[in-house]
Amino acid sequence: MLAYIIRRLLYAIPILIGVNLLTFTLFFVVNTPDDMARMQLGIKRVTPEAIQKWKAERGYDKPLLYNGTAEGAGKITRTIFFEKSVKLFVFDFGRADDGRDIGHEIRMRMGPSLAIAVPAFILGLFVTISFALLLAFFRATYLDFWGVVMCVAMMSISSLFYIIGGQYLVSKVWHLVPISGYAGGLDAGRFLLLPVLISVVAGIGSSTRWYRTIFLEEIGKDYVRTARAKGLSEMAVLFRHVLKNAMIPILTGAVVVIPLLFMGSLLIESFFGIPGLGSYTIDAINAQDFAVVRSMVFIGSVLYIAGLLLTDLSYTLVDPRVRLQ
Amino acid sequence: MRNFQRHACLLALVAFLSGCGEVWNNPYPTQDSGKNILYSAFTERPKHLDPVQSYSEDEAEFNAQVYEPPLQYHYLKRPYTLIPLTAETVPRPRTVDAAGRDVPADSPRVAYTHYDIRIRPGILYQPHPAFARGPDGKLLYHGLTQDDLRDIYSLRDFPHSGTRELTAEDYIYQIKRLAHPRLHSPVYGLMSEYIVGLKEFAEALKAEDRALAAAGRQHAWLDLSKIPLAGVELTGKYSYRIRIKGRYPQFAYWLAMNFFAPVPIEADRFYAQPGMADKNLILDWYPVGTGPYMLTENNPNARMVLERNPNYRGEAYPGEGEERDAAAGLLADAGKRLPFIDKVVFSREREGIPYWNKFLQGYYDFSGISSDSFDQAVRISVEGEAGVSPEMTAKGIKLETSVGTATRYFAFNWLDPVVGGGQADAAARERAKKLRQAISIALDWEEFISIFANGRGIPAQGPIPPGIFGFRAGDAGINPVVYDWVGDAPRRKSLEAARKLLVDAGYPNGRDAKSGQPLVLYLDTTDRGPGDKPRLDWYRKQFAKLSIQLEVRGTDYNRFQEKVRKGAAQIFVWGWNADYPDPENFLFLFHGPQSRAKFQGENAANYTNPEYDRLFEQVKHMENGAARQALIDRMMAILREDAPWSFGFHPKDYSLHHGWVANLKPNHMARNGLKYQKIDAAQRERQRAVWNRPVLWPLGLMAALLAAGAAPAVIGWRRREQSRGRA
Amino acid sequence: MPIILWTDALVFLLVACAIGAGFYVNRREYLLASWRRVGESRAGMASLTVLAAFIAVGLLDSLHYRPRLDDVPGRTTANGYGSEVRSALDALLQPLRSGTEKTYSAPLATHLYAKETVELPDGSQTRVFPRLQHGGAHLENPEQDWGKDVAARTVQGLALAVLAALTFSAIVVQAAALRWGLGWQATWRRIWRGETQFAWNAVLAALAVLMLLAGPVISLAGGYHVFGTDKVGQDVLYLTLKSIRTGLVIGTITTLSMLPFAVALGIVAGYRGGWIDDLIQYLYTTLNSIPSVLLIAASVLMVQVAIDTHPDWFATAAQRADARLLALCLILGVTSWTGLCRLLRAETLKLRELEYVQAAQAFGASASRIMGRHILPNVMHIVLIAVVMDFSGLVLAEAVLSYIGIGVDPSTISFGTMINTARLELAREPVVWWSLIAAFAFMFVLVLAANLFSDAVRDAFDPRVAGRRVAAVAQEKAA
Repeated sequence: MLAYIIRRLLYAIPILIGVNLLTFTLFFVVNTPDDMARMQLGIKRVTPEAIQKWKAERGYDKPLLYNGTAEGAGKITRTIFFEKSVKLFVFDFGRADDGRDIGHEIRMRMGPSLAIAVPAFILGLFVTISFALLLAFFRATYLDFWGVVMCVAMMSISSLFYIIGGQYLVSKVWHLVPISGYAGGLDAGRFLLLPVLISVVAGIGSSTRWYRTIFLEEIGKDYVRTARAKGLSEMAVLFRHVLKNAMIPILTGAVVVIPLLFMGSLLIESFFGIPGLGSYTIDAINAQDFAVVRSMVFIGSVLYIAGLLLTDLSYTLVDPRVRLQ
Repeated sequence: MRNFQRHACLLALVAFLSGCGEVWNNPYPTQDSGKNILYSAFTERPKHLDPVQSYSEDEAEFNAQVYEPPLQYHYLKRPYTLIPLTAETVPRPRTVDAAGRDVPADSPRVAYTHYDIRIRPGILYQPHPAFARGPDGKLLYHGLTQDDLRDIYSLRDFPHSGTRELTAEDYIYQIKRLAHPRLHSPVYGLMSEYIVGLKEFAEALKAEDRALAAAGRQHAWLDLSKIPLAGVELTGKYSYRIRIKGRYPQFAYWLAMNFFAPVPIEADRFYAQPGMADKNLILDWYPVGTGPYMLTENNPNARMVLERNPNYRGEAYPGEGEERDAAAGLLADAGKRLPFIDKVVFSREREGIPYWNKFLQGYYDFSGISSDSFDQAVRISVEGEAGVSPEMTAKGIKLETSVGTATRYFAFNWLDPVVGGGQADAAARERAKKLRQAISIALDWEEFISIFANGRGIPAQGPIPPGIFGFRAGDAGINPVVYDWVGDAPRRKSLEAARKLLVDAGYPNGRDAKSGQPLVLYLDTTDRGPGDKPRLDWYRKQFAKLSIQLEVRGTDYNRFQEKVRKGAAQIFVWGWNADYPDPENFLFLFHGPQSRAKFQGENAANYTNPEYDRLFEQVKHMENGAARQALIDRMMAILREDAPWSFGFHPKDYSLHHGWVANLKPNHMARNGLKYQKIDAAQRERQRAVWNRPVLWPLGLMAALLAAGAAPAVIGWRRREQSRGRA
Repeated sequence: MPIILWTDALVFLLVACAIGAGFYVNRREYLLASWRRVGESRAGMASLTVLAAFIAVGLLDSLHYRPRLDDVPGRTTANGYGSEVRSALDALLQPLRSGTEKTYSAPLATHLYAKETVELPDGSQTRVFPRLQHGGAHLENPEQDWGKDVAARTVQGLALAVLAALTFSAIVVQAAALRWGLGWQATWRRIWRGETQFAWNAVLAALAVLMLLAGPVISLAGGYHVFGTDKVGQDVLYLTLKSIRTGLVIGTITTLSMLPFAVALGIVAGYRGGWIDDLIQYLYTTLNSIPSVLLIAASVLMVQVAIDTHPDWFATAAQRADARLLALCLILGVTSWTGLCRLLRAETLKLRELEYVQAAQAFGASASRIMGRHILPNVMHIVLIAVVMDFSGLVLAEAVLSYIGIGVDPSTISFGTMINTARLELAREPVVWWSLIAAFAFMFVLVLAANLFSDAVRDAFDPRVAGRRVAAVAQEKAA
């Protein structure tokens, strides 16, 4: 088991290098160091000297990938790519193009992101599973039919509409929660209520349908029939057998997402003015702040890989027959 | 069972919400209700708060409350007038010759100008750990080790703070910082042209910095006080002198900007200690000043808080202003001690809509947004004109309008062979001029203002906006190429006139008269967001009126700048915000030697006209007066005839504010207006309660709907259980 | 002068493929059987009918041309073409396209939504809601005649719709009657009761509903702005119809562009194994692990820079916008092929062990032949399901990406750009709701139809691949 984990972690290294190389090339084609300098130095009265100075200070005056003028290993190491990527592997993100410490920023913003993502995830899982169970219980009745129709309809609505509509009605027209903003501590509840609710509602359609099919598949299996033949009540069958066995695909599907919760949600955070990682990312994209985007890409990749690993591990936990080697 | 859960959730929700007091949607802590706090917002996170680097309006919002340069603009008077802030008086420039003898200002022997500034004694800095001294009189926090810094995350984590009296040396220190090799002052280039010895000083600093780096101390503190700067001289504890090369009457305006605010050497040294920068404890993040407020919370993701500076000396509210100010109640507080407000909370508001809605709910005291973002941030009413809708009047919302010191325009690149004016052939030049004039007429800026700016602007007759010397109102001030004076207002010439010009230019019906090919022009703009489509459509529509086909190229700001810098754009949309209220600050945008493509100057259209350049050199140094006006009029005539820009409009600033805010008067030059403002917190509390009564029926409705949805499920369940029972 | 934009070419290629596939399927009974099952699904067929209407609009909008400029009086030579690219749909909707007002007007309004200062004949000024230039311009006295006129047009439209629906039904019934050799009434009863194998009743019902909705709209559109006008006075109905093509292009071209890669790499990885498999797995794990929004943002910005720095590549703004649309499709394709690739790899791993493949190997068939002749046909159902299921997710993703500013070109009319501008209008006082509602309604119907149809296809082809997660992009929509 331990050997497996170590091997998987080693396997992550080439992936992360690939990710870095890819984002690096993509972003430097878009944004030459000159562009970054001009972006940061502002609009008025920017001189070429100021740009040179800015670049030199941040180490952007070196060649991108290959330094012909340097000696030996310096040909590779004395380049922007090497200097900017290697540190990422020890989670030293350096400074954003505007001079602020990215690591500090990420730590600050992680809280608000998680404060939305975690409740939304758990509540969403709970609501959709119970809804799906309900539909499975009433399978092949008109209740099930209309439930599925409702799910498909809800799936077909763009999440933008949920957010726009929710914010408009609940905050603006009904004055039930603050329109946007965030506060730390206990006060956060008021601000989180609507975003969490909206992310749950927006996810109901597709998840419920997906879980319902899992349940139905499980219900069709022989052991369920046996259980029913034993005279167990439908409730007991559903909860004791079907739910338990269906949890394997559900959990493994959900586990992948858990690490990515850190990344925050782009839309919700920017609509509700929540200072999380999602809005950080959007800001960085808009400001073309390469240092931040690169760090976020890196973190995203690491979390994704962690998610895959967690999924594998969770298989062994819910199903002892699975062995990792 | 599911119903129970749902109901329980709902009940919990109601209980939770009702815990928040009578309004449920208050985004601020309940204990702050009714306090003398002003609530505002910021859309862009400030990039720099270091007074030597900060150059944008969003940043000035904070910096101007904290830092005090020697001069300031009068809050109420128009045209904008400089008055002393920390100085005793507004310094009178003294012109001297090369030997240092006084000579009259118009003498050809003028070599230098001296500005002697005397500051008032007894002004104290805000409390700050950089000044904290122990019982032995030594500075407490100037030899910090990594260990000392372990539990320090913000300035508040330092238990002690201190203060010190403001001296002239602090001003000199800041001027030296303009040339700091590790900082990027946007005005260093300009100032090194004027301040004697600044360039040499910068070189010396660079050498010093290199020496430090060579000694392995790259980030060690660079002591600017050790190296002398020739152009700045300490003449007493409270007085200093700045020496300017030649004459530069506009220099006084710079003395009202944060570039010339004092920075205490203690603060610079304090922040330069190793380990501070890693914790964001830098001057760029925590300003130190003598102003009425101090920045106590800096979280650019969420909120910035300014609190009253306890050491503030207390300025008096001005006793005179414009005529209408008295009637508007702006003089009621004359002579009272400033500031009035205890605390200002700026919340980060990225999106325009929440900003506007919170303003309507009373959670922002005014929608005072910088002119750039106003358009997207606030849609006042569908009706274009200035004025508050009846609903808003009923709410007590008031509107302040003022014409900003800015201008928006379409520029024709002078280097372009089709629309430019640099062709060798006189006939071609004439054709291009006619084309530019025709386009200027066809571009209906009145419509633009009404559709896109909600009427917030006045069509420009030239580059100089009202309120700046050189602007002429009425008949004499119109652009005769584009407008006719009809009755008592300018009227844009008819499309017929434009079409006639187009025929003269050789493009009848938008087709090249010789080849028959359609005329296609290219417009570069930074409008490329998804919300900009209407604007792009509008541009196209304007040119289509002359049957000219317009290709709009939306690019990102960097690419746009690059194109303009290379002179590769044909027509482009841009704007200019004045640095100081002097016509020179607008006229230099057409000065040939400041061409963007050739000399990296601010003349983005690359316009050149020898006659204009000659006049500009003259006008630049003149005192305001009839003679200057006459020359400016001549320059205007040249510009209007040549039409290197289609003069767009001068954006009007709207600021809406609630009835409980008093003493608000827009001032485009002075950003330190917070100290004059006043609020009635009790009234605000009452209004908020009335406007934000929670609407509860939807909760009831939702509960009912859920119950209705659950009913068939319950029935179905029962039936199934029963049928099982029977079987 | 006809213009074929890149996306047009691909759209027509797609149509050709679909027709080709139709012939291919027609000759193979086992495939036909699956499609018959699709045909039995009532929801599937009703939604296919709706989709067909959308596709018709999209195809019309894909026939582009540059209008010839008017003759210059007194000249006979060298008439240029305008730089504006129009489509057959534009030509069809010419009155809507050119009938712009000054700014907002409400649905079916006769007056502008904003007051304007007008000068009265006596020189004084007053503020009134001005009359629209096009909407209801035919009314002499709008205050009195408006209601009557709208009602009359609606009734007229409904009547026409009923007539059209009846005619069409009659044709279908007549054809069926001839084919089945039954009487007219018997045929009708069979169809009506749903006793036919093909869900004719669903098709007819959906068609009737569509016509009943479209009839009054068409009839009213002659004199009014049915969905109002936007900020610069463009007809919202026109904008929504134009958005359809963008949505369809994104939904289809994206999958089309990534299919070859996903299929080839997936099958090769699964069949060959070894280092090839490792390499391909590495490739898709790497691509997958980059947060897709960031990858898309980077790529879109890159393409945008390329377009910006080479304005001479494109003769017209439409071509430039089209290049960006195509690029967006390709980029979305790059980020979404990994899911399908992984599925195909897993399926191929299974198929590889089956007897008939082993047999082919034993006969010495070449690897490429086995992959092409034996494996590919047996994974096609997965491909098909992926294509139809991804469609709706991609349409939704477009809106979100455009909101973040990394979607289509701002001059392209799309649901995303519409929602984005409409969003700001909600903050107006009084609120401007119609663009948002129009975009919402059209998008909802399109996506709903696509979802229902994809369900039908999935059920028919493979009831077991139930809820394959839609492309990674679609997941981001919830993010």
